[in-house]
Amino acid sequence: MLQIIAFYLFAALVIASGAMTIFSRNPVHSVLWLILAFFNAAGLMVLLGAEFIAMLLVIVYVGAVAVLFMFVVMMLNIDFAELRAGFMKNAPLGVVIALVLVCELVLGLGAYRAGIIELGTPSGEVLLGETNIAQIGELLYGRYLFLFESAGIILLVAMIGAIVLTHREQRSPRGHQNIAKQNARRPDEATELKQPGVGQGVEL
Amino acid sequence: MTATFIEWGMDAGWAMIVSAIIGSLLIALPLMLAVAMIIYVDRKVWAAINLRRGPNVVGPFGLLQSFADGLKVMLQETILPSAANKGIFLIAPIVTFSVALAAWAVIPFDAGVVLADINVGLLYILAISSLSVYGVVMSGWASNSKYPFFSAMRASAQMISYEVSIGFILVCVVLYAGSFNLSAIVEAQKGHGLGIINGYWFNLLLFPIWVMFFISALAETQRVPFDLTEAESELVAGYQTEYSSMSFALFWLGEYANILLMCSLNTLLFWGGWLPPLDIPVLYLVPGIIWFLLKTFFFFFMFSWVMATVPRYRYDQLMRLGWKVFLPLSLFFVVAISGWLMFTRYGVAA
Repeated sequence: MLQIIAFYLFAALVIASGAMTIFSRNPVHSVLWLILAFFNAAGLMVLLGAEFIAMLLVIVYVGAVAVLFMFVVMMLNIDFAELRAGFMKNAPLGVVIALVLVCELVLGLGAYRAGIIELGTPSGEVLLGETNIAQIGELLYGRYLFLFESAGIILLVAMIGAIVLTHREQRSPRGHQNIAKQNARRPDEATELKQPGVGQGVEL
Repeated sequence: MTATFIEWGMDAGWAMIVSAIIGSLLIALPLMLAVAMIIYVDRKVWAAINLRRGPNVVGPFGLLQSFADGLKVMLQETILPSAANKGIFLIAPIVTFSVALAAWAVIPFDAGVVLADINVGLLYILAISSLSVYGVVMSGWASNSKYPFFSAMRASAQMISYEVSIGFILVCVVLYAGSFNLSAIVEAQKGHGLGIINGYWFNLLLFPIWVMFFISALAETQRVPFDLTEAESELVAGYQTEYSSMSFALFWLGEYANILLMCSLNTLLFWGGWLPPLDIPVLYLVPGIIWFLLKTFFFFFMFSWVMATVPRYRYDQLMRLGWKVFLPLSLFFVVAISGWLMFTRYGVAA
């Protein structure tokens, strides 16, 4: 009973906040609704007994990705009048996308009515009684080790690529800051006390 | 507690809900009291280091100062800036406050004394603490004013930077303990150092990790020397500038609840939680919760000590420390610790 109430609560909130993400006029509000959607999706994951995935969803999407979204959206200060000006120009493209989505929806419903696909039966033994994390770890670092590692390397390459693309050699006249040198400075080598006589001034 | 309610003839589902509500209240109310007192302690310690008296007028030794402040704040008018984004402006302090309370659900105060003994406890803490930035960002943006906005920008960059290294630091502890459950992590520390010292701090590989964790915790809770989000000499009061009365107080309560949370995490992850410092039978006569509170209080003292003695970082220094020092160091320790554990505990041939 409790699970059913919780499920419908989370599911309704995911859909509602997903819709509000699209409908709200202010992009910052959109991001906040998106965060609510992520959060409720994490709730659904908990109901499925996948608490590890739920926590990852919150840590990665809410904690990192959405913060960056928010950062960008807040900085950009999007002008809506300008956005709406291009509406008529892009309308045909929008209609095409809408048609494709309708086709997919009809096909999907039709396929659902036609009955389910015969799936292969899982070959490996089902791991029961272990925690989520242990199970996922077992699979990722055992059976799917190669895929997992190569995904990691692809991400690393993408990251290095992004850094290479945006990195610019600084040629400023001021020269670079040397932190170690700054930290090593002591008061007696950086300052000098002088007692100038009246009207004499200081030699620098 | 659930079992008791079922005995009283309650439905299992209802018993769970009722015991969860009572458990939350049992944590939240003493926590609020602790926050009020710890603000007083903070001011007293700070005053003592500055050779001042600190709060000493309201009540004996000024003990009731925080309550007087709370009463004052409650009686004030809530001011809504006309240019503010009303809804988000009002939600922001509530988010800060409730997120700060929510994290306490998985903190074990003694063996078995924990509201939610979930096996992803540490990940839950990480998830919740990553949420706490939203209170700051939302308030900064919704205030529709320059300084709060700068503060929000700083906060989001700072939190993301330090979350990364905190993540790696927690991985090191998890590798040693072999569990994400906070109670299991504490149990794993029993007699860790030379078979007599309870705690991971007595370990050449984990002690530097603890130092990094302590500093990152300062940055994560936006305490001095990393309080650039509310740097009063540059940003008035940062994201709190436009707030008044209760909404302002909620920020304060949330902030101190977060600080206490980080202190208790220090205790739980590196200093043996509710276990006595030494694994000697006599010391187990003292209840575990006393040890836990004593250690947490000690770390809070260290927080105020730092606050009173260290000057504020510049923003570029803060970023440099996070990305160029802590990130590579913590990454190195993850590799070193997993290598060491492979070598000693799990066997190389596996």
